[in-house]
Amino acid sequence: MAGTAVRGRLKPLTWQVATVAEAVDETARVRTIVLDVPDWPGHRAGQHLDVRLTAEDGYRAEREYSIASAPGEPVAITVERLEDGEVSPYLTDELRAGDGIELRGPIGGYFVWDGDDGDPLLLIAGGSGIVPLRAMVRHRQRAGSDVPVRLFYSSRTLDDVIYRGELDEVGDGIEVVYTLTRERPAGWTGYNRRVDGDLLREVAWPADEGARAFVCGPTSFVEAVAEGLVDLGYPPARVKTERFGATGS
Amino acid sequence: MEALDGNAIGGLLLEVFGAELTTARGTCAACGATAQVAELAVYLEAPGTVVRCRTCDSTLMVVVDVRGRRCVDLRGLAALE
Amino acid sequence: MSFVSRGFRGRPRDTGDPGRVPPGQYVTEDFPVLSAGPTPHTPLDEWTFSVVDGDGRTTWTWEEFRALPSETITVDIHCVTRWSKLDTTWQGVSVDTLLEAAEADSPYVLAFCDGGYTANLPTEDVTGGKAWVAFGYDGEPLDPEHGGPARLLVPHLYFWKSAKWVRGLALREDDEPGFWETYGYHIYGDPWREQRYAGD
Repeated sequence: MAGTAVRGRLKPLTWQVATVAEAVDETARVRTIVLDVPDWPGHRAGQHLDVRLTAEDGYRAEREYSIASAPGEPVAITVERLEDGEVSPYLTDELRAGDGIELRGPIGGYFVWDGDDGDPLLLIAGGSGIVPLRAMVRHRQRAGSDVPVRLFYSSRTLDDVIYRGELDEVGDGIEVVYTLTRERPAGWTGYNRRVDGDLLREVAWPADEGARAFVCGPTSFVEAVAEGLVDLGYPPARVKTERFGATGS
Repeated sequence: MEALDGNAIGGLLLEVFGAELTTARGTCAACGATAQVAELAVYLEAPGTVVRCRTCDSTLMVVVDVRGRRCVDLRGLAALE
Repeated sequence: MSFVSRGFRGRPRDTGDPGRVPPGQYVTEDFPVLSAGPTPHTPLDEWTFSVVDGDGRTTWTWEEFRALPSETITVDIHCVTRWSKLDTTWQGVSVDTLLEAAEADSPYVLAFCDGGYTANLPTEDVTGGKAWVAFGYDGEPLDPEHGGPARLLVPHLYFWKSAKWVRGLALREDDEPGFWETYGYHIYGDPWREQRYAGD
């Protein structure tokens, strides 16, 4: 590879020890961890951070978590306990306020929304893919932006919906639409199926509105949705994707 | 076993290259397709991290931890900018 | 002194009986899926296995391959990522059968696969009853995730040599490095001498 120029702001990124300020249960399996990070340079909505755990015998495990809070808010991550997980059960069940945790970040320049372009926003989440999108919603609120937002959120059951209370009260300019793929609670007014082309057509901004789309969740979900949006006429450059490892949606 | 995308190696690339590379454009040496690193197919569950072109599946980048040292092979990329 | 996470232990790691489990490995009950690329899906009516010798090749269709004598074997397998799985049962055709039919005579072979993966081996490490082309695992057809319809099985070496989605063996005069060997893994890969990386 000859003559390659690797462009970008050189940003030394090192591990640092943060302190857990607070741990908040969101659902039976999901917990938000608020962190006190001594040398935090600030972050953008949609970025993530890397967490590194080290056992007494030196064994290490690293994972990546999307930042759940908006720029300007204390750094927080939201973690889903994966069955047979190695890191997530430690974060959701063992870690407590006052504990140290090694992290590095913020990371990411692609899946970010700064809110300064005025374009309508389409946010589509599968399962724990809601986390970086929630940071974007909070950023919109804190920035006092009037960008119109549609958030479409696919979960298995109502109990799996993260940030439900907060999303039910987002207020003007933000429409939140849910689909549950494994349950239909009494009185449910949301959708009840996996995302498909018809559902997207009903929920997404028309392609000529110039919206920006952010899609996050398990790989198969993200790819089906991204393809569906392009089929609706969204330019591929306006559909940003972030795939998570196996979780449920 | 489904692939992730280049967002999953943002930290790794920052560590190895000292730069935010998820928005960098990579050109596949095999088929010429270009894409942002964040959009490439990433396979993490292996003896190493393998990054592939979504158009032709060719290997663009491979990262192996050899005795604790990160070794990066970029021969599958014609350019990265 | 680096930071230690209070109360973090990681998964319990059973290092097993050192007479049976190579150094640096731990025993798992799972069968982890490790892939360097997308899972291929070659239809069986298009699948062939070949022994390639320069310009000549000996080829079997799926039916022809399945008509060859096969056997059931139970072996331990050892992945370079440190997990070992004991007493795994496979059904497969001995590589001896395939190389004999092709009248193969070369010091090395290079296994080649759907998706472009390759693994290099000395011929003596895939003959003498040491290797199979396996089409069944645990009494069932081999799952695509684990290399089905057929994979190479060479249990005495690290499992990256047991190439998934194998489509043939190219006979070679030289020990040309395959996929992982090119990227820093050991050219031979003996788990008992912990030959994980080049230079070990």
